[in-house]
Amino acid sequence: MSEATLDTSNQTNAQPQAARFAVFGTSFLIGLVLPVTAALLYEGAFRLGLVQARLLPPPSRIFTTLWKLAQSGELTTHVLATTWRVGMGFGLGAFVGMLLGALTGASHNARRLLDPTLQALRAIPSLAWVPLFILWLGIFESSKIALIAVGVFFPVYLGVMAAIANVDRKIVEVGRAFRLSRLALVRRVLLPAILPDFIIAIRSGLGLGFMFVVAAEIMGASEGLGYLLVDGQQLGKPDQILAAIIAFAVLGKIGDWLIVVLTKPFLTWQDTHQRSA
Amino acid sequence: MLTMDTLCKTYPNGTKALEQISLNVDAGEIVALVGGSGCGKTTLLRMISGLEAPSRGSVAIDGETIHAPHPAIGLVFQEARLLPWLTVAENISFGLDNLSKAEQDARVDEALLRVGLAGYGKRWPRELSGGQAQRVSIVRALVTQPKALLLDEPFSALDALTREKLQDHLLALWETHRPTLVLVTHDVEEAVALADRASVLQPKPGRIFADSPIELPRPRDRLSPEFAEAKRLVLKALDGSINQPNPQQTGKVYSPSAGGSF
Ligand SMILES: Nc1ncnc2c1ncn2[C@@H]1O[C@H](COP(=O)(O)OP(=O)(O)O)[C@@H](O)[C@H]1O
Ligand SMILES: [Mg+2]
Repeated sequence: MSEATLDTSNQTNAQPQAARFAVFGTSFLIGLVLPVTAALLYEGAFRLGLVQARLLPPPSRIFTTLWKLAQSGELTTHVLATTWRVGMGFGLGAFVGMLLGALTGASHNARRLLDPTLQALRAIPSLAWVPLFILWLGIFESSKIALIAVGVFFPVYLGVMAAIANVDRKIVEVGRAFRLSRLALVRRVLLPAILPDFIIAIRSGLGLGFMFVVAAEIMGASEGLGYLLVDGQQLGKPDQILAAIIAFAVLGKIGDWLIVVLTKPFLTWQDTHQRSA
Repeated sequence: MLTMDTLCKTYPNGTKALEQISLNVDAGEIVALVGGSGCGKTTLLRMISGLEAPSRGSVAIDGETIHAPHPAIGLVFQEARLLPWLTVAENISFGLDNLSKAEQDARVDEALLRVGLAGYGKRWPRELSGGQAQRVSIVRALVTQPKALLLDEPFSALDALTREKLQDHLLALWETHRPTLVLVTHDVEEAVALADRASVLQPKPGRIFADSPIELPRPRDRLSPEFAEAKRLVLKALDGSINQPNPQQTGKVYSPSAGGSF
């Protein structure tokens, strides 16, 4: 065997922490170039009197509004309310979606039994449930969480089902050849194999969760970022609406980022073309 | 030790892959199953491994009929089939779950050393070459110390030089515990270099065409005239198996062994 003698086992960690952080910082900054430039241009145009800012306030005013909301503690209240609803709805929807997706993905019979019904339910625009949820669960938190959960459920269900059904037969056979029990096969082969797809399913689930929390809060809430939107509309405060939108963007991005960062250590094995870049 | 009794396999789509395969393999013997592409070699191996059930007939190990993967039988696939989310070391210890961590590590380290991959334990499979991955895959099957090891064209995807090295590695590994080896190959040189016996399969449906010992002392010199002669005989049988529609030609080409086919 003529391979050079080596212990390159630390190869992946060889890159110093600082360098990696610098790379991360750079790409983060590159991502900021476009929005910051646009904001500055608009701000400049506003200062020069080139635009009428009644309906689209300049960034400085939006951030002033955001700052005031933050200082008065209102922002925290609204962010917490929204986060809590998304968290609960997402947890519920993702959990049930995972469970049913795993069931229908792994068992042909379960799929024949459950999948047609679930697909039919999926065809219903989720907002159509709202009146029913309000009748059943009242106008407070439960109906909102239920709506968010429904939104999160479908992408997670579909993602997990497809991922399990598509696990490479050859890999599963390795498990069989080593005589893994059904449970061990799931734990040691199927779950790790679907992890990348599962994370994608969870991420799109969370995205839909944020979509539906807006719907739920617009329909009637006394707090939450969606409430800020409606309030801003009713009082004619576009800066408040935009402040709420920005808060939504930041919150959604943080949630997504959390999923990515928390799962990254489990995906270092992946052999993707991105890695070589 | 391994007994195949009138095995037949017809796939659900109607393909007749195997017909009436009867073969005995002794303990510690190395048998090469030689045959062209599509003559049912993989099918036969999958039935011995218990991954696939025969349509008729049965396979037994030490008298025990095989219905599902058996602890005494290891399997090496044509592709390495390493689990990409496990490191090389974790892949090798995949079948050692019942042992203590220390024992697992000891076996893994020894195995890596034996196939020239010491220090590769922490690598990911994606960081291996094809030959390295296949070595890991062989070792993964061998660390559980099976009584019989089945190999499905394990070196067919490798270049000639690497293939020869890995064949030597395989022989060296075999020397330690002397498990029974059933080696599927379409490479006559590989069969003659490794096997005590070569069974030539005939396609459509797969049948045993010829079955006889390769009586060359080990270590075998690939350049010796005896090696060339043995190769010629197996090659001739292989030619015959492809051009001869009548299956009853067993033994015409090179004499069947006393205890081999029946
Ligand atoms: N899963 C399957 N379903 C149907 N036919 C198959 C299947 N696997 C193999 N065959 C057929 O059985 C025959 C033998 O295949 P195989 O055992 O893979 O041959 P070999 O390994 O010798 O190349 C071929 O004709 C092939 O097309
Ligand atoms: Mg094959």
